[in-house]
Order: sequence, then structure tokens, then C-alpha cells
Amino acid sequence: MKLLVRLIHDSKPIIAQVVKDTGVLINVDRARSDAHEGEEALVDVPDEACIQVSDRMRSLGAEVRILEEGIRHDEEECVDCGACISICPKKVFSFDKDWKLQVETKKCILCGRCIISCPHSALSLSY
Amino acid sequence: MEKSIDEINRRIRDGSARVVTADEMPDIVSELGEEGALQEVDVVTTGTFGAMCSSGAFLNFGHAEPPIKMERIWLNDVEAYGGIAAVDTYIGATNKSVTRMESYGGAHVIEDFISGKSIELRAQSSGSDCYPRRSITTELRLEDLNQAIMVNPRNAYQRYDAAVNTSEDTLYTYMGTLLPHNANVTFSGAGTLNPICNDPNLRLIGSGVPILLGGAQGMVIGEGTQHSSAGSFATLMTTADMTEMNTDFLRAAIMYRYGPTLYLGVGIPLPVLDIETVRRTAVRDSDIMISIKDFGVPSRSRPVIGQVSYADLKSGTIELNNEEITTSSLSSFRRAKMVANTLKRWIEEGQMTLCLPTRFIDTSKQAKPMRETRKVVLVQEIMQRKVVTIKEGQEITEAARKLLKGETNHLPVLNEQGRLTGVITTFDIAKAVARPERKVKVQDIMTRNVITTQADEPIDIAAQKLEHHRISALPVVDAQNQCIAILHASDLGKLFKPGGGRP
Ligand code: SF4
Ligand code: SF4
Repeated sequence: MKLLVRLIHDSKPIIAQVVKDTGVLINVDRARSDAHEGEEALVDVPDEACIQVSDRMRSLGAEVRILEEGIRHDEEECVDCGACISICPKKVFSFDKDWKLQVETKKCILCGRCIISCPHSALSLSY
Repeated sequence: MEKSIDEINRRIRDGSARVVTADEMPDIVSELGEEGALQEVDVVTTGTFGAMCSSGAFLNFGHAEPPIKMERIWLNDVEAYGGIAAVDTYIGATNKSVTRMESYGGAHVIEDFISGKSIELRAQSSGSDCYPRRSITTELRLEDLNQAIMVNPRNAYQRYDAAVNTSEDTLYTYMGTLLPHNANVTFSGAGTLNPICNDPNLRLIGSGVPILLGGAQGMVIGEGTQHSSAGSFATLMTTADMTEMNTDFLRAAIMYRYGPTLYLGVGIPLPVLDIETVRRTAVRDSDIMISIKDFGVPSRSRPVIGQVSYADLKSGTIELNNEEITTSSLSSFRRAKMVANTLKRWIEEGQMTLCLPTRFIDTSKQAKPMRETRKVVLVQEIMQRKVVTIKEGQEITEAARKLLKGETNHLPVLNEQGRLTGVITTFDIAKAVARPERKVKVQDIMTRNVITTQADEPIDIAAQKLEHHRISALPVVDAQNQCIAILHASDLGKLFKPGGGRP
């Protein structure tokens, strides 16, 4: 499960803290820090630990949103062109042997780059 | 041995014709030999499915009461051609909606019609004794029209150049998103399944020949616009009835920051008449070579930086200057195959018979570039030669003073040798003041990655730079990178003075 974690004010590195407190392994997919908007990180946690981790993060002052798994792919709109394949930094997209697009949403870090590259508006973020 | 078209049609009618898709043909020829393949195969079906910008449809709405001769026409706010009286129009695929510029266009009107949606027609007229009505607004479905005939001036290109981008910025083009520093390559076309690649001398493809277009049975009208057979860039003009089309083979699309376009399925069945047909339809992806062009250069003659085959491109990566680059197709090979398979089924079921061209397409033709009679406006004609600059080592307060005094909010920054090394804006100063972490010199806060122009650059290219980077001024530099002038976005307005027109 992916969590979008936002820290409004300067504070301690809460991810390390949460790992320590809960014993759950947290994978940081991407992180960004901005003077105006605070810090934002996209993290990946095991599904069963999702509630535990997000509760702990909230108690440490973070804003946590639980995201659906990865990029959303609309099969109706998709024409299997492959324009998205070379855009994705995480190789989420590939063709099977019949040239049908395969989407491995597990690998997606929700960077959003593929969205504008799809000529058929078949890709979107669900949050 | 040779076969006649009548013999092939007889077999189609009695259900005994052997039909294969063009991608199956190379292996059949390898296995049976050319003579064997000629004996065995009667028809080879081809197909392609990709962006075909030069597409559109003639529509006839029927007469209103009181009647109107429509002079300006909008369909869901997309303007359609108003010069073919009285209730006829042509809707082109790439025209943008006046209200939803970035997300809706002529291609969407066509797709919406085909999927049964209702479309708002608005039209205006200056009125006449025979057509008194001045305006009309009504909702129409495809079934309400008398005719909806797709006529596409330029379809089914023989090949397309592949695209890369050597520049430092992401480019958004009709070849899709091109990442900077050659980080990806995009291409289009169905390779082994492409209709003209299977008949490059246009012996079988010409006027009157039946095709699949957007899912309907249509035909080739003749040579397409920009047809350039001599350079292996042949094109076709095509037509079919829109009311028989479906969205499996026709989809509106948006190329980001380029605009709307129409993805279309086009396929042509080729009668296997002789050994020459067998040889040509045995073409493989690895036989079809195309150039890779650098879209980082905004010119008609983009530099060619390599040659690759469709087999290379379809493998997922190509090698360029010893680096592996991921490829992206813009057209769909899967749908191209669906086109070829659908044609195959039609012919096997006797729903389509074949014919030879009633007129042949000229294969010696070469498209010419545009003759331009007025010279292109260059940056030097409107740039401001009086430019206030600042040195790297000067204090921010000095920069602020200059910005306040001058009428600019861009200060080019020069080094000791007078070369341009950065630019500083009022925004940079505001930021520095908000966060004063001992940054006092211009060089501490300036933007180093400066976008520049040259005096002899066409003004439209400079304008595109301003827009692409969302900036409002460009320092003008000479070959030594000395800042000789500045071009402000506001100066571009001089070119469009009311009543003046462009110089
Ligand atoms: S959002 Fe980013 S990581 Fe996810 S599929 Fe799109 S490009 Fe790949
Ligand atoms: S770019 Fe869009 S339409 Fe093309 S394969 Fe990817 S998701 Fe499908």
C-alpha cells in the first residue's frame, strides 16, 4: 500500500521514528522538500501494517493519505500504442507477446509523468 | 505463373480464397518459396492504426426552416469549414475547440458522432433573400445527418521518421513526449503490416481500391497530399462512410501541447497476382529502415542522427552513440493487426471483393517545400539593443536598484569578460530577501541556466522558447556569448499592431 505523507512544519525524521516504533519496513519511493509546502514523501508499506503505520505517523504530526495502488489504467481508452513505455522511470509499462500493454502498478511511484504522455487520456492518478 | 484479379474474386465469392495477414507472409514465402507462396496465397491483408492528423469529414445537415446558408459553423465549439454552402461543412480532426482548447477538437466531434452522442451545431450567416435565416443552434446525432462522409487528404504514410531530442528540455511534439538528452525515441507506423510498405511501387494500391477505414468499407481516392513516393514517403487520400465506422478503429486523441488528432485504422487487401507481389509482401520489419531525426532542432530540415529498422524499434530499445535508448511507439501494432485480421475475415466471408486501381498513383513524385515570398521576421528586428546588465560580483542591492530604475524585470548577468553567465529577476531578489542566508552577491542568487536567443533567429522560434519555458524575456547573445540585446515577450506585440499586420 502506498501512503502519501506530508509534514507541514519542520520536525524530526519521522519515517525513521515510525520504523523504530512499529518495526515495520517502510520503503521511500520518492521524497520532496519545499520551503513553502513542507516535506512530502511517498512510501510503500506492507498492506497489513498500513493502518498501524499511518496512525503512528499521524500521532507524530504528519498528514497521511492512503493511496490506491499506483497509476490507474483505463483499458477502454487505451489503444496499446506504447507511448507511455519510454516515459516511465520505473518501467511500469511493457508489451506482452500480442502487443497488449501490461501495467505493473506495484512498481509505480506515482510521479505522474506518464499522464500527459498518453494521447488517449487512459492514465490517471486516483488521488 | 500469374493469377488474374477475376480468378481471385471468384475464389473469394465461393469461399475458397486463402487470405493471410502481411506479417504472416514472410514466413510463408520462406517456407514455400516464391512460386509456392503465389500458388498458395490469394490475398494479403495489411493494416495500420495510428495518428492521422490530416483527416476529417464532409457533413450535410439538411435544410432548416426558415433556411440558412451557414457561413460560420461550430460543432461542440470546434469550428468547421463554412465555405461550401448551404448546410454542408467539413470538420477537420486537428481543429481545437474554442472553449476546451487543450482537451477537445475535431477528432473528438467525429468520435462522439460515431459513438452515438449528440453534438451541438451552431451556425451564423449574413442572410440573403433565398436564405433569410441568420443563426441556428441545434442538437444533432449522426443518424440525423443526410451524409457524413470521411475524406482524408493524407493517410497511411509509407513510413515516418523516428524522433529523439538532443536538447536539454522535454519537448511535446506530434511525435509525443521527447525526453531531453536522447532519453527516449518515439516512432510510428506498423512496419511489416503497413499497406504501402507491402506495395511500394503502388502497382496494386490506387484509385478505387477497397480498404478498411475506421472500421467501415471505403476506398482509396488516389494520391494523398504531401505524397512523396520518390522519397519513400507515399501517402493516400481515402474515403468511407462515417455511419459505418466504429470506435475500435477510430479514436480521438490529444498530443500534449500539440493538440487534437485522430487515431485511425486503415487497411488495404492486396491481391497476390504475381511473383512481384509475393516478393513485396514478404517484407519484414528488419527490411524497413527509417531515419532518426533530432527534434531538438526547430527547423524543417531536422538533422538525421541515425538509421534504424522497425525490427530494432519494436525490440523496445535501440542503440545510439553506444547508449541504449528505450523506444515508444505512438501507433498501435495490436490494433494494426486487428485491422488486417478484420479485412481477412471480411474477405474470407465474401463481404469484400478486390479490384485493381482505375488510375495509378505517380511513384516519381517528390513533395516540395513551401515557396516563401516574404522574409521571415528575425529577432534583431524587434529586440531592444539598450540592455541594462549587472556583473556577477555586484551586490544584490545594486541589482534591485537597477531593476527598479529600468523598465525591465530581467537583468542579464555578465562575468568579468563580459560573457553572459546568468540572469536575475525581481522574483530572485524577492526570494533572496525572504531567505537571507548570507546571500549578498548577484552570483549567489542568479539563475545560471539561461535560455537565450540570437539576433538572426526567426522570431517565432524565440516566441516558442518564451512560451515553452514560461518566461518573459530572452537575452540576445552573439557567437562569443556576449549579451548584445534583450527580447521581451511584450515586444512581440509590436508585430501584431491593430491594422498594421506583420511586416
Ligand atoms: S506515475 Fe510515474 S512511475 Fe507511475 S507509471 Fe506513471 S511514469 Fe511510471
Ligand atoms: S500511452 Fe495510453 S493509450 Fe498508449 S499504451 Fe500507454 S496507456 Fe495505452
